[in-house]
Amino acid sequence: MALDLARYRRRRIRSMITISLCWAASAIGLTILAVILATLVYKGFAGLGPAVFTEMTPPPGNDGGLLNAIAGSLVMTFIGVAVGTPIGVLAGTYMAEYGRYNKVSSVIRFINDILLSAPSIVTGLFIYEVLVRPMGHFSAIAGAAALAVLVIPTVVRTTENMLLLVPNQLREASSALGMPQSLVIRKVAYKAARAGMITGVLLAVARVSGETAPLLFTALNNQFWSTNLNAPMASLPVVIFQYALSPYEDWQRLAWTGALLITAAVLTLSIAARWLGSSRTSQ
Amino acid sequence: MNVMSKDVDSGLTEKVSVRDLKFYYGSTLALKSITIPLYERQVTAFIGPSGCGKSTLLRVLNRMYDLYPNQRAEGEIMFDGENVLDMKDLNLLRSRIGMVFQKPTPFPMTIYENIAFGLRLYERLPKSEVDARVESALEKAALWKEVKDKLHSSGLSLSGGQQQRLCIARTVAIRPEVILFDEPCSALDPISTAKVEELIDELKHEFTIAIVTHNMQQAARVSQRTAFMYLGELVEFGDTKKLFTNPTDSRTQDYITGRFG
Repeated sequence: MALDLARYRRRRIRSMITISLCWAASAIGLTILAVILATLVYKGFAGLGPAVFTEMTPPPGNDGGLLNAIAGSLVMTFIGVAVGTPIGVLAGTYMAEYGRYNKVSSVIRFINDILLSAPSIVTGLFIYEVLVRPMGHFSAIAGAAALAVLVIPTVVRTTENMLLLVPNQLREASSALGMPQSLVIRKVAYKAARAGMITGVLLAVARVSGETAPLLFTALNNQFWSTNLNAPMASLPVVIFQYALSPYEDWQRLAWTGALLITAAVLTLSIAARWLGSSRTSQ
Repeated sequence: MNVMSKDVDSGLTEKVSVRDLKFYYGSTLALKSITIPLYERQVTAFIGPSGCGKSTLLRVLNRMYDLYPNQRAEGEIMFDGENVLDMKDLNLLRSRIGMVFQKPTPFPMTIYENIAFGLRLYERLPKSEVDARVESALEKAALWKEVKDKLHSSGLSLSGGQQQRLCIARTVAIRPEVILFDEPCSALDPISTAKVEELIDELKHEFTIAIVTHNMQQAARVSQRTAFMYLGELVEFGDTKKLFTNPTDSRTQDYITGRFG
């Protein structure tokens, strides 16, 4: 048998080179991630104590914590997601179910993709123009609005994609029973796509909870405890931004701790989203 | 269509009468002027090579094609004195003409809910009545014995054959007048296939049935009337026994003897 060994060997060598390149690329990516996480833990862990969760952000030279920033982040993220999610889910549902074959949907999809990739600082400026300036002052409402604007495209995209993954046979089977379309969507399509849609919302939460730029021009910051939505509110990313840039060492230490907190939270959310997503496919 | 067997029409009522039906996918003509009756409480089988339009015909009967753009039907499908193609309330139509699909399609809910859900669409029933209807539907679909102890586990946990019988139960439960089967056994193993065939034979006492199948033996086993379709045309329609033993058209002859398709 005339097996061309030289050819075979060349192919093997090429394959090995490619595999090594792939390994190298993954190694670089993972190393960078590991270094970031290690630095965060190393610099941030020292400052981690009960005070972080019980005391307000301090003036320079004093002891303090991040309570107002944590609370502000939670409040604004919650409102942003609570406002953005229904809009996103409804728009995604329209595109995947009612308007699947029409032009409007492709226009919305195109615009949504632009929104999805727009720099978040643009969103911040936009909310500054339409909310902060007319109101005359920075506020938590404006901050939450900016976050909501960021939540919407993410949720629209995942909702549409997840609904498109629901097999058409399931819709046909439901319609064949005489089920009105609204029920087909609510009771069958949503049920089949639920895990994926929740994953999308969790990813949106993870995305906006780390955003700094849109909050800088909207919610600004607040050194004190405030639950007034009509007043400036502190948030972790903005506090980190401000403290990390400051010349004071204790502020810088708090910034590291805040960064560690936010990373841990986002990581947890991402893992939860992953886990939810995979439990759907293994069904 | 050129040939109609003569020995039909013996005291049978036409439940559905398809007359001069044309169907278009965009500008492609997929059904060329089909005229065919579905007799009450009889099984009518549709056979023919892939792409001959038999599934398309079935999907026109319950207006399934309406879910998609650029599909259009012309002609007349009389069903209890009304033209199906002119009907406005498609949900009502589909509750009267049920359909079972090629692939089992249980809903992502419990076995019980898979059936009860359809029931509640059109009838407000007390819980005990729903329970009874679920049980009788599962009985009719020969599934009750296998699932009676796990009614509240997911419909997706059943085997393929059981899932298909669940889908049949779901369709039967809402008491339609006509049931359309679109290759109901093509995803099933021989034993499940036999069960579904037995079931169809049972169901014909209550329902008018149309079945599309690739399997000629299946058509011969379960149906009283058979229609042979080819390239969007109805080539021959008649008594099943006659069509398989003594077909009139040479194309039917060629197909059932395996010379093409």
